[in-house]
Amino acid sequence: MKKLLKDPINLVVAGVGGQGNVMVSLVIGNALVHEGYFVTIGETYGSSQRGGSVMSHLKISAEKQFSPLIPEGQADVMLGMEPVETLRVLKSFGNKNVVTVVNPRPIHPVDFTGSGSGYPDLESLLEQIKSMSAKTYVVHATDEALKMGNAMLANMILIGALLKNGLLPLDEAALAAVIKEMFPKAVAANTKALKLGMELVSIL
Amino acid sequence: MPNIDIDAPGSNQLFIGNEAMARGALEAGIGFASAYPGTPSSEILGSLAEVAKKRDIYVEWSVNEKVAIEEGAAASFAGIRSLVAMKMNGLNVVIDFLSTITLSGIGKKGIVLMVGDDPSAHSSSNETDSRPVSKWLDIPLVEPGDFQEAKDMMPFLYDISEEFGTICILRSVTRIAHARGNIRLGEIPKIAHKARFEQYFDPAAPMPTPIMCIPSSFRHMFQHMRIDKIREKFESSPYNKYVGPEKPDLLIITAGSGWLYSQDAVNALKAEDRIGILKLGTLWPLPEKLVKSCLSKADKVIFIEETDPFLEGVVMEYAAGFSAESKRNMFYGKQTRHLNSFGELTPDAVIKAITSVLDIKYAPRDAEYMKKVEAVPQDHVMDRLLTFCPGCPHRASFWAIKNALSMDGRNGFVTGDIGCYTMALGPAGFFQTRTHQCMGAGAGLANGFGQLQRFGFDQPVVSVVGDSTFYHSIIPALVNGVHNHSNFTLVILDNGATAMTGFQPHPGTELTAMGEPAVPISMENICRAIGARVEICDPFDLKNTTRTMLDLVEQNEGARVAIMRRTCELVRQKKDKKPYKMRIDPEKCLGEDCGCNRLCTRVFRCPGLIWDPSIGKTRIDEVICNECGVCADICPEGAITKEAVA
Repeated sequence: MKKLLKDPINLVVAGVGGQGNVMVSLVIGNALVHEGYFVTIGETYGSSQRGGSVMSHLKISAEKQFSPLIPEGQADVMLGMEPVETLRVLKSFGNKNVVTVVNPRPIHPVDFTGSGSGYPDLESLLEQIKSMSAKTYVVHATDEALKMGNAMLANMILIGALLKNGLLPLDEAALAAVIKEMFPKAVAANTKALKLGMELVSIL
Repeated sequence: MPNIDIDAPGSNQLFIGNEAMARGALEAGIGFASAYPGTPSSEILGSLAEVAKKRDIYVEWSVNEKVAIEEGAAASFAGIRSLVAMKMNGLNVVIDFLSTITLSGIGKKGIVLMVGDDPSAHSSSNETDSRPVSKWLDIPLVEPGDFQEAKDMMPFLYDISEEFGTICILRSVTRIAHARGNIRLGEIPKIAHKARFEQYFDPAAPMPTPIMCIPSSFRHMFQHMRIDKIREKFESSPYNKYVGPEKPDLLIITAGSGWLYSQDAVNALKAEDRIGILKLGTLWPLPEKLVKSCLSKADKVIFIEETDPFLEGVVMEYAAGFSAESKRNMFYGKQTRHLNSFGELTPDAVIKAITSVLDIKYAPRDAEYMKKVEAVPQDHVMDRLLTFCPGCPHRASFWAIKNALSMDGRNGFVTGDIGCYTMALGPAGFFQTRTHQCMGAGAGLANGFGQLQRFGFDQPVVSVVGDSTFYHSIIPALVNGVHNHSNFTLVILDNGATAMTGFQPHPGTELTAMGEPAVPISMENICRAIGARVEICDPFDLKNTTRTMLDLVEQNEGARVAIMRRTCELVRQKKDKKPYKMRIDPEKCLGEDCGCNRLCTRVFRCPGLIWDPSIGKTRIDEVICNECGVCADICPEGAITKEAVA
């Protein structure tokens, strides 16, 4: 177990209900606990209901157990599974040092007002995200996952991207062990997605 | 992922608080566990059910909380350690039983009631604080301050339960129960459980007696004596501790998640040398001497606790008692409005309260960044409404109910209940539901509305309940309605699972919690036996369901029942492929020019349907759509088509 450059490291995973937010934090959390770290995960969840904003807070420490919620403006790493949700969470938890990995695939909200104003302009969203992050990696995870035949693999692609940019004290071997443990029936597809995520970040 | 009974003592696991409590119960050697599902408590019984056969324990999802706790008590009476779990709403259901078992005492073996509170009501109809029940009914109560304690407190509590012959409560909150953290595992003992109800030697009586709550006043006095002894015992409990300087500027008194937030706040403010923390785990009876010795350390005291000012009240009561012999403290907390007594605690709220009392400056972000935050256009972070899953049968059911009530034309409305379908209060169910209280309340309200014709009331009333809710608390209301000629329609949305809390079985399903064959209790047979007219329909057959619903509403007398039966989409997709391939024909979709007022994306609003302003037509989001086929039946132009998948 390495001493962390900052303790705790605060990671926020943001997305929309149904995307697999809880699973992403569980994969990362389990890998870190196997490596000997203290991990606390807090989730906002809406039962089994879908379509709402969801996020997980992960606090990673080599020293102690922290609370399950990150205070305002204290995120170190943002894993954004959806662009609007990434921006929403940066507003609350971002700061000038935060590093962001974002999947630019929109999930449209159900039309509340019936105004049909639709989804905000994607380019403008990404501009805002970049201006509020020290560094931003745009990873087309859903598009790549659909090419692989399963949209849910976007999550493992994003974890791969997070791994490669060195923001977490984790390596590929640690993730490989967790993939075997958590997805015994889909080891090959998840491993492939993880590697793809790592490659995509290298190209950026 | 490993089961909670993983045989690796000393190893570190990432468990949610509920799994930690379940593991703790196994390490305490329970033989019996019963519960009714409710967020944030459901994973306790769920994770025990997975290992029940292997560990040779009995685990049951009971019909409701009251039966669950009475079963747990029976196990204790017969010499088996038992665990009963529920959310705080369930605690209200079992108060009557609790108020008597606290007098009668328990059997030879312990019984622990785990209650999951939900501050901020993330997944609840209220945010009641369970802790005052302990003081009110003289029941010992502990609250874990982290994940390790969530596990370790279980064996501790069983020992207390047996030593003093009383039921005990473990209260946790969402941010412990549903958060994850590190757990170091202990040993699970191998116990050959042997149950027998024998002569009961009552510590309060000179001879064997039945386990009974009379003579009540005598037993009430005896329970008070017990509580005094337990208070003495809790003085040295390892779950209470003081950390910090000997003479701090501020003393925090805290418990539960407040303990974690308090440490985070002191850390963030770098105020370790100014602030001391008294972390309490045994909240009732609260150890008086420990509190007294800590109050003498500081002039200023702040209480950091979830929801009600419970510790704040008890400590101030104590302090009033010993103010004559010691100094007076300044108390801060919910009563001084430094923290709210509604909504959950957050690290930011705790930081703010401390900085206010100690006059410390704290700015989490610089001004330049805050400018960027404020410059984000509002339409870039639009609200996301919760809605039914794509392919959820409830959307179709409420579509049929809405259309039937609209055709009836007498301003009919829905009385709501507790489940995913609560969302019909909003656009997910087309705003049909007009009341929302507790489990079963919708049917009781419908009974009442249904008797108001004599006062000129002429609106049709529809009580909509889920299948699990039906068994939990609707049957008496239907009995009452049929017996008294109340005029309402009961709609049971039968999706074959307790969906909102994680698909637990209920008395209508074919398997028990432990995966063994159950006797499914037919809801239609129950309703017919009570004497109600019963119609059964498939909500995905919109036309027939709407017609049936209209016919029932127009019957306009007596209590009658529609069962709208279709498996929960999340359950279905685990077993089957998508049934259809959905398409939208851009030639046929007329967009805003159609007379339908964009029925599909503006009214029906399944998240799988997207309005695409760039082409002025509706599209299907292939990542979201579950291809259920229902929307094909709502498009007036036939632009949405479904093609059966072979």
